[in-house]
Amino acid sequence: MLEIKAISTFYGHIQALKEVSLEVQGGEIVSLVGANGAGKTTLLNSVSGIVPPRRGEILLNGQAITHLPAEKIVGMGISQVPERRQVFGELSVRDNLVLGGYLRLRRGKKTAVTQDIERVCEMFPILKERQNQLAGTLSGGEQQMLAIGRGLMAQPKVLLLDEPSLGLAPLLVREILDVLVNLREMGTTILLVEQNARAALEISDRGYVLETGSVVLSGKAQELITNEDVQKAYLGRVNHKRLETRD
Amino acid sequence: MSLQDQLLQFLLSGITLGSIYALIALGFVTIYNVTGIINFAQGEFAVYGAFMAITVFQESRLLSGNVAVNLGWSLPASALFGVVITALLGLLLYRLAIQTARHASALSMIIITIGAAFVLRGAALLVWGTDPSRLPVFTKGSPFKIAGAILTRQSVWVVGVTAVLLVLLYLFFNHTLTGKALRACSINPGAARLMGINTKRMALLAFGLSAAVTAVAGIVIVPSTFMTYDRGLTLSLKGFVAAIVGGMSSPVGAVVGGLLLGVLEAFSAGLLSSGYKDAISFIVLFIVLAARIGGLLRGRAIVAEQAGL
Repeated sequence: MLEIKAISTFYGHIQALKEVSLEVQGGEIVSLVGANGAGKTTLLNSVSGIVPPRRGEILLNGQAITHLPAEKIVGMGISQVPERRQVFGELSVRDNLVLGGYLRLRRGKKTAVTQDIERVCEMFPILKERQNQLAGTLSGGEQQMLAIGRGLMAQPKVLLLDEPSLGLAPLLVREILDVLVNLREMGTTILLVEQNARAALEISDRGYVLETGSVVLSGKAQELITNEDVQKAYLGRVNHKRLETRD
Repeated sequence: MSLQDQLLQFLLSGITLGSIYALIALGFVTIYNVTGIINFAQGEFAVYGAFMAITVFQESRLLSGNVAVNLGWSLPASALFGVVITALLGLLLYRLAIQTARHASALSMIIITIGAAFVLRGAALLVWGTDPSRLPVFTKGSPFKIAGAILTRQSVWVVGVTAVLLVLLYLFFNHTLTGKALRACSINPGAARLMGINTKRMALLAFGLSAAVTAVAGIVIVPSTFMTYDRGLTLSLKGFVAAIVGGMSSPVGAVVGGLLLGVLEAFSAGLLSSGYKDAISFIVLFIVLAARIGGLLRGRAIVAEQAGL
């Protein structure tokens, strides 16, 4: 479904990804775990076209999407739920969902989009209740649901999620992850970025561990959870965090 | 005329004048929200809107009298022509001056617009010369009397057209997909791109829309005052003051700012002297700028960067 072949991504002169290769099969949940600053978000942004890679190739169903602009890539079937949710706070919940279906509405698929808004509202009943409220007035968990719902409105083949559990209470994290499992059952392919590595790997089929811009480990999710090297990677994560908070 | 009547008169003139400032301020805000650019060529759009309409409406001599134009279009057709051509000019400004410099900082972009204003003013001088010109009033007839004050029919047109335009813009931004997409771009360009919204095309649209709205301002005032090629700068600055007073990013604020500025000018012209009216509005500009411009520019520069404009 999604193939990432040796991509290198830069911010100016700083190299954030070093020849990262990764593959997501249709119907899988694949987690990308790693420390803060390891390049997880950059990887998603490279796939979605927000920060295109300088070298390497990204294929969706065998078709190169590497240098397409972000707004085209959405239309090809990759939808990103960005970090910190980034809902349109000054627009209503419903308008946020409507904009999620922007490209489809442009193509005249009004009824299909309206039906999908209903489906998202069934998935997250709180959104239906609050559909006329401004998105900025929702709680963090509700905004995350809205961000996921908005991402689904593009009818993606592959859904990219960036830290959906960030800042949420454990119970809500569970709820969000359950939604992802349901989405996989309905046929959506998911690439999930999480700092909450254990929770992410528990619902995943496979996982990759990213460290300072490179993939250092990959394998079946269950194997990764029990793998000693992964334990080391977790320890590494703690150390990194300490270093960062010191300066 | 009693003092009370006079005050009412100032208020009415102020609202008329303020409507014009409000339209120009709306032009500023539309571009600023979507692109983070403060477009100091904004007032030129009013000049071009007016001159384009005048050119097709009445017998005109262009390029130092070398070209004679005598189309004799009707007033509505001429007004529409002025608005459409100016909107195209807005698109052109974006494509030629802004998009080609898309990696520049927001501050450089602003300076580019000042340069564009000079170019447009020079071109207007070449095409239309230094002679002032005007359109006839939209409807003939005696002015209305409200209490002891006088309200000309053209003032009613100015305020009425502004009100209608505001309603249309409100409907556009709140009830159409493109309007919502434009707002999404102004709230979070990065997330807007993830929805499949082409932020560059939205910026182009913002320039066209903004030019059209400001062209309307130019056209509705030319029956009351003469248009000259060099009025753009003053109109830009007045519209900018109104937009800044209104908080720069809110369309409602822009309208309130425009009306406030218009009323303030009318009262200072009436009660002090008309020589002071520009000074007053620039004192307002100075005070508001001193208080907040730094934060304003920094915030939007980041937004523009995210949009990849």
